[in-house]
Amino acid sequence: MDQVVSLLQGFGVVLSVYHLWLMLLGIMLGILVGVLPGLGGPNGVAILLPLTFTMPPTSAIIMLSCIYWGALFGGAITSILFNIPGEPSSVATTFDGYPLAQQGRAGEALTAAFSGSFVGALLGVLLITFMAPLVARFALKFGPPEFFAVYLLTFCSFIGMGREAPLKSIVAMMLGFGMAAMGMDTMSGQIRMTYGLPQLMQGIDFLIAVIGLFGIGEILLTMEEGLAFKGKAANISPKVVFQTWARLPRYWLTLIRSSIIGCWMGITPGGATAASFMGYGIAKKFSRNGDKFGTGQVEGVLAPEVAAHASGTSALLPMLALGIPGSATAAVLLGGLMIWGLEPGPLLFIEHKEFVWGLIASMYLGNVAGLIIVLSTVPLFAAILRVPFSIIAPMIIILCAIGAYTVHNSMFDVGLMLLFGVVGYFFKKLDYPLAPLVLSLVLGDKAEDAFRQTMLASKGDVTIFASNWLVGSITLLALVLLFWPLLVGIWNKLRTSRQVPAT
Amino acid sequence: MPFKSSCSSKSVSLLKGAAFGLALSSAALFTSASHADWKPTKPITFVVTGGPGGGADQMARLIQGVVSKYKLSPQPMIVVIQNGGGGGQGFMDVKGSPGDAHKIMIGLSNIYTVPLSTNLPFNWRDTTPLAVMALDEFVLWVNAKAPYKNAQEYMQAVKSKPDTFKMGGAGSKREDEVVTAMLEQATGSKFTFIPYKGGGEISTQLVGGHIDSDVNNPIEHVAHWRAGEVKPLCVFDKQRMPFKTKVTGDMSWGDIPTCRESGINAEYLMLRAIFMPKDVSKDEADFYVKLLAKVREKPEWKEFISKGAYKDDFMTGADLTKFLEEDEKRHVEIMGKANFLAKK
Repeated sequence: MDQVVSLLQGFGVVLSVYHLWLMLLGIMLGILVGVLPGLGGPNGVAILLPLTFTMPPTSAIIMLSCIYWGALFGGAITSILFNIPGEPSSVATTFDGYPLAQQGRAGEALTAAFSGSFVGALLGVLLITFMAPLVARFALKFGPPEFFAVYLLTFCSFIGMGREAPLKSIVAMMLGFGMAAMGMDTMSGQIRMTYGLPQLMQGIDFLIAVIGLFGIGEILLTMEEGLAFKGKAANISPKVVFQTWARLPRYWLTLIRSSIIGCWMGITPGGATAASFMGYGIAKKFSRNGDKFGTGQVEGVLAPEVAAHASGTSALLPMLALGIPGSATAAVLLGGLMIWGLEPGPLLFIEHKEFVWGLIASMYLGNVAGLIIVLSTVPLFAAILRVPFSIIAPMIIILCAIGAYTVHNSMFDVGLMLLFGVVGYFFKKLDYPLAPLVLSLVLGDKAEDAFRQTMLASKGDVTIFASNWLVGSITLLALVLLFWPLLVGIWNKLRTSRQVPAT
Repeated sequence: MPFKSSCSSKSVSLLKGAAFGLALSSAALFTSASHADWKPTKPITFVVTGGPGGGADQMARLIQGVVSKYKLSPQPMIVVIQNGGGGGQGFMDVKGSPGDAHKIMIGLSNIYTVPLSTNLPFNWRDTTPLAVMALDEFVLWVNAKAPYKNAQEYMQAVKSKPDTFKMGGAGSKREDEVVTAMLEQATGSKFTFIPYKGGGEISTQLVGGHIDSDVNNPIEHVAHWRAGEVKPLCVFDKQRMPFKTKVTGDMSWGDIPTCRESGINAEYLMLRAIFMPKDVSKDEADFYVKLLAKVREKPEWKEFISKGAYKDDFMTGADLTKFLEEDEKRHVEIMGKANFLAKK
């Protein structure tokens, strides 16, 4: 058990007062970064990166990766309390988290989100500890066709899950695709649909859309409905943590399913946001309570959070072992590694053992410390909902404005965010779903690039999506999920028609 | 709701505090400096026209780190990524702020390729060029399992089967495709060019065998080279790189032959230069030129250059203007021949 010995040495490196202090500092900063919508993990890490240039690399990465964990934990807080996703990966958390908060069960939702995150991260770290070289090779098998198949799978696992009319879902999804196409087109090198505005050259940032659509849209609705939060009677006793824990084991299947999805998406690298959507979509399809999802189910909070955190953690694996960043934050950390004079790649594990295992050990400790810190804040955060709406609403709007501004330090984005708020309000009034729009906004241009790269390489031959076992099985799985309701219908019909003659 | 408010404001002040704290402490040191020299009076915005974690971003963050470590400026630098439109967003920002002496930008050869291929109304003459910090080498790489021993063999194989070999590169009609076009023009061959978002992604695609070759910068492939996953065939420069330290078991950067040695008449170096807006005073521009010259003397910079196998070159003033003019002319020529120029 080489890994265990190395890991113990890693703990030896990490367990110094200086490192534990850095870890706590990193987690606190991370939670704050995560709570502020717009700032997000990648920006938070990038801002603090220059401060670490004077530290030894191991200390620097411990602090920066703890900011990352903290941000992943913190992202769930505003999603649940105010329907404002603090991080892109916590959009799916709002679907059931916010209804729970409105029912006065914010404490439960927060506990489930944090505990789910912890479980996901733990499985991700275990994967890194014991299977790093093996799993890392697997990521290399992904070329454009495989990436497109994975995105297709994400879309298909999500289709037909809303209560809204299917046509409305399609309209929302197409709007998202349209917005995702704005800015630079990688394939032709041309700038498209910017209407002469240089600010639109980088496209519409997903975070700005989400802050407006969810946050401001929700405030507008609440204002119309009588200026009060529905979750006023929130249970803020610390006991809620243990009560929720007692009920978590019954969701073991969802936990396992989402962990696998998360690890897979982190390694391949599909990203934490795609993972959380897929985790939610799959749980909804296959859980016994699936049809109640969206009305405030603890399971609906667990599924995306477990997947997001498992993916966020395992995204570091391809970065360390191959030098491929699995997420935006991992990309910034990668830049840091090079500046500290470390070369990520297959030799990192051999030449800088102390660094790698110190980092892995800090993942275990950082997540435990993070869980304790965030759980102790559950009653505090739940109590926020007791504050009168007239006081809290202006603060949320300021929070949204700061969030939108920090994405690119631009006032233009603040205006855009407010515009999205109005769009979000009308979407809700007219019963259009937001989720398909958000999903295609995130994955739209990636899916487009992957598809067009594939077509360039195969010279327009679509059968390339069935050309090997890997891409073939992902494509097949996607199609099965797409037609799942139809398949279930046929199966039921067959069964009843067989039973009819018997009776 | 006391907690929420304290929470959000604290996060801002902590982060900003972290960035500004260093500057405040260093500001005190400089207040008594002479009046003849101009000094920045508020934080300097450092616009990066490449993606987060990429080559331009790394260089900008290194400069930012060195400046704050050695207290070279009374005000901190704040790195802002504006890579929309292949960097066009950052160019338009600098063009749109004439006279702003608290804004600098790091640009690559995208200062020519983006406007030429998209009709973006920008030219480097819309800025005040400050200095070339380094030039970036391009190397022709193939997967280590490929049977080709040198660039000549590979290009012959490509030539014999036009439009089948896949060349991966960052963006469309940008530097990587320009180098590919030169390679094609020099050898009379034709690749299937597949654009990706960035160099990191391309490296993985080559290691995984999804493309046949790429023209990545040394730093983008060094880890895979050392691990024996990819091999370099030739470098697109007049002479070999000067670095003699062994990178792999038996090769240094200097052991890679030039493409010309393999009979391929193609040379390309990418710019890494710092610009500021137009209509600034000479004092203001001089402050930054001196600052950048000081950064280059520090050990961190020297290590960065040799780690990334950059071509160490520093140009300012008239030399710089002449260089930019010639470099631009070359781009118009190559891109015109390859049909990459946007229709007016």
